[in-house]
Amino acid sequence: MTDFATKLIHNQGGIDPATGAVGVPIYQVSTFDQNVGNGDEYDYSRSGNPTRAALEAIIAELEGGVAGFAFASGMAAVSAALLIFEQGDHLIAPKDVYGGTYRMLTRGVSKWGISHTFVDTTDLEAVKAAIKPNTKGIILESPSNPLLKVSDLPAICVWAKEKGLISIVDNTFMTPYLQAPLQFGADIVVHSATKFLAGHSDVIAGLAVTADKGLASQLKFLQNALGGVLGPQDSWLTIRGIKTLKVRMDQSQASALKIAQALAKCPKVKAVHYPGLPEHPGHELLKQQANGFGAVLSFELESVELAKELMAKVKIPALAVSLGGVESILSYPATMSHAAIPAAVRHEFGISDALVRLSVGLEDPQDLLEDMMAVLK
Amino acid sequence: MTPGNRLNRKVLNPAGEILADERKCVRLVSPFHLNERGLLILPKKILFIDGRMVFMQLSSQIAQVGLCTDKKTGAISTPIYQTATFRHPGLGQSTGYDYTRSKNPTRQVLEEGIASLEGGHAGFAFSSGMAAITSVLMLYESGDHLIAVADCYGGTYRVLDKVFTKFGLSVSFIDTSSLYEIQAAIRPATKAILVETPTNPLMKIADIAAIVKLARAHNLHVIVDNTFLTPYFQRPLEMGADIVLHSGTKYLAGHSDLVCGLAVTRTAELSEKLAFLQNATGAVLGPSDCWLLLRGIKTLALRMERHNSNATAVALWLQQHPHVQHVYFPGLSNHPGKEIHDRQAAGYGGMIAFEVDDPALVPRILSQVNLIQFAESLGGVESLITFPSVQTHADIPAALREKFGINDKLLRLSVGIEAAEDIIEDLKQAIR
Repeated sequence: MTDFATKLIHNQGGIDPATGAVGVPIYQVSTFDQNVGNGDEYDYSRSGNPTRAALEAIIAELEGGVAGFAFASGMAAVSAALLIFEQGDHLIAPKDVYGGTYRMLTRGVSKWGISHTFVDTTDLEAVKAAIKPNTKGIILESPSNPLLKVSDLPAICVWAKEKGLISIVDNTFMTPYLQAPLQFGADIVVHSATKFLAGHSDVIAGLAVTADKGLASQLKFLQNALGGVLGPQDSWLTIRGIKTLKVRMDQSQASALKIAQALAKCPKVKAVHYPGLPEHPGHELLKQQANGFGAVLSFELESVELAKELMAKVKIPALAVSLGGVESILSYPATMSHAAIPAAVRHEFGISDALVRLSVGLEDPQDLLEDMMAVLK
Repeated sequence: MTPGNRLNRKVLNPAGEILADERKCVRLVSPFHLNERGLLILPKKILFIDGRMVFMQLSSQIAQVGLCTDKKTGAISTPIYQTATFRHPGLGQSTGYDYTRSKNPTRQVLEEGIASLEGGHAGFAFSSGMAAITSVLMLYESGDHLIAVADCYGGTYRVLDKVFTKFGLSVSFIDTSSLYEIQAAIRPATKAILVETPTNPLMKIADIAAIVKLARAHNLHVIVDNTFLTPYFQRPLEMGADIVLHSGTKYLAGHSDLVCGLAVTRTAELSEKLAFLQNATGAVLGPSDCWLLLRGIKTLALRMERHNSNATAVALWLQQHPHVQHVYFPGLSNHPGKEIHDRQAAGYGGMIAFEVDDPALVPRILSQVNLIQFAESLGGVESLITFPSVQTHADIPAALREKFGINDKLLRLSVGIEAAEDIIEDLKQAIR
């Protein structure tokens, strides 16, 4: 089997057969002449575009699926996956699901007669108890955002299969380099490729992959019918980003561990949430189901004021939403990524107003630590 | 450009209605002013530029879309903000931009540009025309009923028939050129009327103003797909429509080099709802494609004039061809609804459908054309020919297609901006 690092470079986006160009051309085109070319392969870029197709083939191969689909954003990918269901269906989702997915469930597809139950997916019994006669799918994120809670993906996916549910795993935090949910039975993997896959905070993109041919044809249909596709330029930028996924991830997660260890020793930090720390409740479980712990951590400070001071004074990490870029990004879940979730629900789940999230980039970890410790010392 | 009054920041008509204000660019003349040819006069708009009131023809505004938006450098062309996220100046502070899915500076220039050209409240850019339609359809909910034009674009039919029906949305597909049919289709659960005029591919004309009047009486939205004519020739929001949709892939971008969609809303209420859906469902247009679309729009007036004159010449030529049974083009004097079209639009566009006398001619024509490309899509600088019953409208059931006249003898031509003589010459050698 080819090593993952090699697969990132030598894949279907590799060499252009016509010219030998070491990379797929950007096919900036909407339509294709039907008298020239490979018959029916391409007719209209919404339905299929060669640059996008290269990205779709790459992510399918990396995730070990039968087909990949590229969307205009992570939320366009999630929306297409949610529209597989129909009026009267019920879904199970994590309580601390990404704010955008929460919004689609509570204010988007809910209008179309799709109901949901939020549960703590780290508790397998709670997940099982949430099933109803009309439950058709389960959405999972592990590690979760922003508390990095780890759910037992293999156990839940096996249970979902037994119950005939479609399991959808958001693999944004781990990427296929660290975790391959299709291999332990997930039906669909979705990505905000904006994050670690593209990796440079320069493109908004979403991906979906499935190992099931029936689901592949449904996703293909919905991608084309709903039209939330990724443009050729952004497809190309995502392919370009993926080439360095392994080296970026290796570097970022090594730095994340160092930073998490240092923060854990800091008296002004009440709690550090990083699954790479042995004392993290999901540490052992994640070690079994993933090849690493990722590069996102969150930590709770002793006061809301200190959290705000940290965000005001740090110089290196950008105070911004999003994550997974070469640059470190510090964000405040309460008003940014999880603002769509009501405060009471947020607090109940442990997303306190003194919690900050750090996406560790490629800067020197010592520089990042010194920058933060200047405030936290 | 004529510098105007520096003091007045609002222009009112005698009834006290605001015709122009600083925030929005609203046109001065009524959309029903006709010139001696019976066509609309292209209206002048009042713009406020750096505090001065300026009168500008629509064609000037089109040429200046996205001009000099970068105050930092004075760059004439809008920068491509190829970024996912934006650094906040401080907690709880924002530059106005947080995350590109929610708002991107390049996309914003495009969205404000199309809103201004259509005379709407706000514009929204999507990753395809279908993403624009899908997002607009998400305004409705289970149990709602819509009325849609029967020979609508195949993609619109597909998403209504195969996606939204499974969520409990019902749709009546009717001939929207008949007010009587629309009236008869209205039910208590009806929420909106979806119109294309001229339709694709049969160029049927719907009376936008009359439909708006009927819709208002029943509290329905009127949604007009304005892809074929663009705001250069037709501005449905000025006639009271609520939402205008575009496959921007077509005439607006104009070069067959990107897939994109636009929606423009008339009211603040609809703008707020659609902004929510654009961000929530996430089918947004990337910054590079936004820039290409802005670039395309700058030449829209020139291109539309040329598409229009070329199509008129080609339609007249086709009409006298012995193997052509029928030509569908609203510029022809015998085209049904021409009078309505001339009242609501300032030109005919570049789309023609024609029926040949023998289905066996179709494959021959499609393989014989040289200058004209056999490809889906339309609205590009290059002429394209398609076979609607197996391509663009394949998703509509055969019986229904036949009933509307989309049969195996019908071809659709998107007339490009090449020399009209060359297009006609190519057709002459292919239709034999």
